[in-house]
Amino acid sequence: MSQKTPLVDEHVKLGGKMVDFAGWWMPIQYKGLREEHNCVRSKVGLFDVSHMGEIRFKGPKALETLEWLTTNDVSKLQNGEAQYSLLPNDQGGLVDDIIVYCLKKDQDYLVCVNASNKDKDFEWMKKHNRGAEITDESSQWGQIAVQGPQALALLDQVLSKPISQMKSFTVLETEFAGGKALIATTGYTGEKGAEVFIAAPQAVALWQTLLEKGASLGVQPIGLGARDTLRTEMKYSLYGHEIDDTTNPYEAGLGWVIKPQKKDFLGKAQILIHREKGLQRSLVGFTMLEKGIPRQGYTAFSSDGQQIGQVTSGTHSPTLDAPVGIAYLATPYVAEGTEFAVDIRGRKVKAKVCKTPFVPR
Amino acid sequence: MATYHIPEDYYYTKDHEWAQVDENIVTVGITEFAQNSLGEVVYVELPEEGQKVSQGEPFGVVESVKAVSDLYAPVSGTVIEINQSLNDDPAVLNDDPINQGWMIRIEMDTEKELANLMRAPDYKKLIAEANK
Repeated sequence: MSQKTPLVDEHVKLGGKMVDFAGWWMPIQYKGLREEHNCVRSKVGLFDVSHMGEIRFKGPKALETLEWLTTNDVSKLQNGEAQYSLLPNDQGGLVDDIIVYCLKKDQDYLVCVNASNKDKDFEWMKKHNRGAEITDESSQWGQIAVQGPQALALLDQVLSKPISQMKSFTVLETEFAGGKALIATTGYTGEKGAEVFIAAPQAVALWQTLLEKGASLGVQPIGLGARDTLRTEMKYSLYGHEIDDTTNPYEAGLGWVIKPQKKDFLGKAQILIHREKGLQRSLVGFTMLEKGIPRQGYTAFSSDGQQIGQVTSGTHSPTLDAPVGIAYLATPYVAEGTEFAVDIRGRKVKAKVCKTPFVPR
Repeated sequence: MATYHIPEDYYYTKDHEWAQVDENIVTVGITEFAQNSLGEVVYVELPEEGQKVSQGEPFGVVESVKAVSDLYAPVSGTVIEINQSLNDDPAVLNDDPINQGWMIRIEMDTEKELANLMRAPDYKKLIAEANK
């Protein structure tokens, strides 16, 4: 039996095609993936991301605990700032990738985690807690992502706050219809916009108001299908695809959120070993030189027939109207312009390493 | 619920292919229900002319933006013609899957296999169940 977000009835009313995703009953699409994708790139779209987990860290040991659990420099965060980060395990891999929101420096942080990893993350955090009050607040929050060139204008109007003046990766505490709301200028599409954490009882009212006030801007609800094509076009990692329990984050291109000079953190030595030994493989973006769409799990071969890696994500990019893929390739093959082949159902189809993001931001 | 055009004189598989039989030549495609479930089709992989296919076995692949789906042969036989236009314009499968979106023509080995396929009333029941 799938879990349901506060917005499930809204999706059904809007004609969403519902599927089980990571144990949640979610809309994969409404009118059509391509139309929804283009709506986010050209206007504004609403995503129900209430399935994401929210874990709160409070108390005098909140910062110290987060510094130990995550790879990025949490001490740098001031009130109202957000940070992309990683939750390493003790084997050199990743428990999850996360966003840390600083609500009050040193003592109050909200951590947003992947839906599929929430329970695992929460157990891990409690096990390695260094004295923070850690609470799973996931069921108290709905979450609506508002993304696209018109997203901030829409939020200005709906929340009567100058959201469009906010810097990227910041968070504002406010209220909507008497419920708590956190407006975070973060996202997973490459477009301008925000992710709004809303007290669960007010989620439906916020969703409906955004649709109503956004009608003149061309707003549409967006399903998980377009969420995936939008993030793939930006080469954003998705847990279970680009990263998992065994992924070295340097190979995944996530070295920019690892701060080993600044601090000690759980699993640090195991993560650094890989970098010191030299990376065996790296995550690259590629396009196809012949017909075919790469998909997760397909094998990559060098032009002389050696197995050199694996595809982690692939799709037909609606923006480019062409196939795009993300793959781990052995280090000698990762330079832009390198030609290789992807085994698509037994056929070796030519591909080429390219610049990413596939679609300019 | 969407209503689908399900021609009475076609045969159907449980995997949502249709088969139109003209003596020993069987034209094959996917149903409107299948195209609606797939979403926007962006790529079709079909067999070569002259290739043998077997009833219930994959003969090709159709890909939408979000997923890859196998195509299953409704009857055994030899592929005698493929719809080349689908390579250039796979979106035809969304617009008109049961006429212009035909995929292959098979010279069937034996008419007896048709008994394993569904007729329109049974296929309608199948998709009514799937929509519940």
